[in-house]
Amino acid sequence: MIVGERKPIEEILEMTKQYEKLYVAGCGSCVTVCLAGGEKEVGILSTALNIAAKKDGRELKIIEGTIERQCEKEWVREMKNQVKESDAVLSMACGIGVQVVAELYPEKPVFPALNTTLMGYPTQHAIWLENCRACGDCILHLTGGICPVSRCAKQLMNGPCGGSQNGKCEIDPEIECAWALIYDKLKATNRLDWMSEIQPPKRWDLAGSGGPRKTIKEEEVIA
Amino acid sequence: MKAGSNLEKILEKGEFAVTSECGPPKSANGDVIRQKAKLLKGKIDASNITDNQTAIVRLSSMAAATILLQEGVEPVMQITARDRNRIGIQSDLLGASAIGIRNVLLLTGDHQKFGNHPYSKGVFDLDSIQMVQMVKQMRDDKKFQSGEEMDFPPKLFIGAAENPFADPFEFRVARLGKKIMAGADFIQTQGIYDLERFEKWMAGIREKGLHKKVHILGGVIPFKSAGAAKYIARKVPGMLVPESLIERMKKASDAKAEGIKIAVETIASLRKIEGVHGVHVMAIEWEEKVPEIVEKAGLLPRPAI
Amino acid sequence: MASEAVMVSATEAKGTAQFEPRIVAFCCNFCAYAAADLAGSMRLNYPPNARVIRLPCSGKVEILYLLRAIEDGADGVMVIGCLEGDCHFMNGNFRAKKRVAAAKKLLDKVGVESARLEMYNLSSAMAPKFADVIKEMTEKIRKLGPSPLRKGVAK
Repeated sequence: MIVGERKPIEEILEMTKQYEKLYVAGCGSCVTVCLAGGEKEVGILSTALNIAAKKDGRELKIIEGTIERQCEKEWVREMKNQVKESDAVLSMACGIGVQVVAELYPEKPVFPALNTTLMGYPTQHAIWLENCRACGDCILHLTGGICPVSRCAKQLMNGPCGGSQNGKCEIDPEIECAWALIYDKLKATNRLDWMSEIQPPKRWDLAGSGGPRKTIKEEEVIA
Repeated sequence: MKAGSNLEKILEKGEFAVTSECGPPKSANGDVIRQKAKLLKGKIDASNITDNQTAIVRLSSMAAATILLQEGVEPVMQITARDRNRIGIQSDLLGASAIGIRNVLLLTGDHQKFGNHPYSKGVFDLDSIQMVQMVKQMRDDKKFQSGEEMDFPPKLFIGAAENPFADPFEFRVARLGKKIMAGADFIQTQGIYDLERFEKWMAGIREKGLHKKVHILGGVIPFKSAGAAKYIARKVPGMLVPESLIERMKKASDAKAEGIKIAVETIASLRKIEGVHGVHVMAIEWEEKVPEIVEKAGLLPRPAI
Repeated sequence: MASEAVMVSATEAKGTAQFEPRIVAFCCNFCAYAAADLAGSMRLNYPPNARVIRLPCSGKVEILYLLRAIEDGADGVMVIGCLEGDCHFMNGNFRAKKRVAAAKKLLDKVGVESARLEMYNLSSAMAPKFADVIKEMTEKIRKLGPSPLRKGVAK
């Protein structure tokens, strides 16, 4: 899933303190699940902003609202009335949602309350690990289900590098060396031969280097 | 002859080769390289020029290699995968060959996090094995990485690095096999302090017959001080230093002399190991000691071929 | 939340000068509330400034409750749970501890002294301790003064 975390409150205050009517908009999908921008977090942020405004003697009226997903235009259209009532929208969605809202409501400033940080999963409650980079050319079937594009700091195809020690990455002893994991997995499942073959250079154009990507499901596109 | 470099000739002749390393300055001062070249001339067969080692910005390896050439020292130009993509690397390879550089060493490179510009984008378009394969294809097949043909290929003796001390240990032999398959002509290893572990690796290499397919030069890094020993042991990625050596350095009355002594002992041990065809002395920022080390190891004068 | 009218103390209503802190105390059912009950049975004296809100566990406390209490005019907020290691629900009081710490940081950033929010731990038998922490918090808040939100215009 997409994971993000709320921006430091100072930054959000800087962005929004000039507005008297703010719509704090939550998203019910990824950011709810990663405890960053769902209904609960909308409540916390709104209260914090209210406290700041009260303390400074500023006028502030906050509209709180959380829709199912801010990345779908059908749902974002439902935000119409709240957007109308506000001077600015503080979206607690991931970068995708913020942009869809901004696109559908070009007349109002739309601000991101979150920093979208990674695509990953919770290894335990409240700790999310990056494990996909949307490289467009998945090789998980070859690497024993461990992604070297997202989990190797150098994105090697013929790893590990010379800095791998005790199964950890050279850049941080808390980070597991993806290639050590791949090696162990392939060894355990008798597929080590693949690691002795030279893997060719990756097509980074598919991984984002080729510009903004578009995915089309041809048979479902109508007019 | 693949490239006709001095290093290639020495190794092909079966002589025990001696290479060392020059660290370029963190400035535009080319004279620093000129001084180092003067110290090394005639004492070694070739000198590596590091490429923004530890991700710290330094005078480029191509420029420094050119200065070495001008001073009559044969360079081994290092290229990392961290700072350039395949377009830039191929371009540099063509350029290097055009100005007379005949040895290159391809490395993945230390992560940018370790250097003085940790926020930069690490390129890593290719890894070291893919780079070796690419140079070989350019030199022998006259083809760019894309497959397109070229009419005047680069003449380069291809080197790669290997770290016998990194994990997973069992894979390090297979990894060397990959580099040989990719086309490596010579290998320089990371600095050796743990001779037992190195011998284990060499045994694995010999078992697969790999020592006959590539020239292995054992890396030796002399300790400058007990502090340096501890830094290398704890802060430099992929280094293994036995506590006994750190103790020796701590207890020594003349730490510098002890460091040289350990280096000379290591070279002597390396010469006895079957499959080791040379030594790579890395006295970074201590290049003035290289002649002394090479001499004490009984490796002077260098053969002139 | 309790309406402001109920929170006004007798002396304030009379218009005397002394500031009476208005404190909300989130108390866990099994330890804090039980201790409060026992303090009552033991006829222990402690200031009347804290309004007790009973929760099944201190771990039920959400950062939102703590912030809303401040927003609605509380001068001080307490979270009282079981002793560490003895939470009736295993680690509810550890969740509360972390949430209180996070809320304190947030309060500092929005200009409210984080000292207005504190967590305490005690067992159901520790009635005197309950009285003590209420006393301690009341005096601390009295010294700090009314919440900056009650002053109206800052600067």
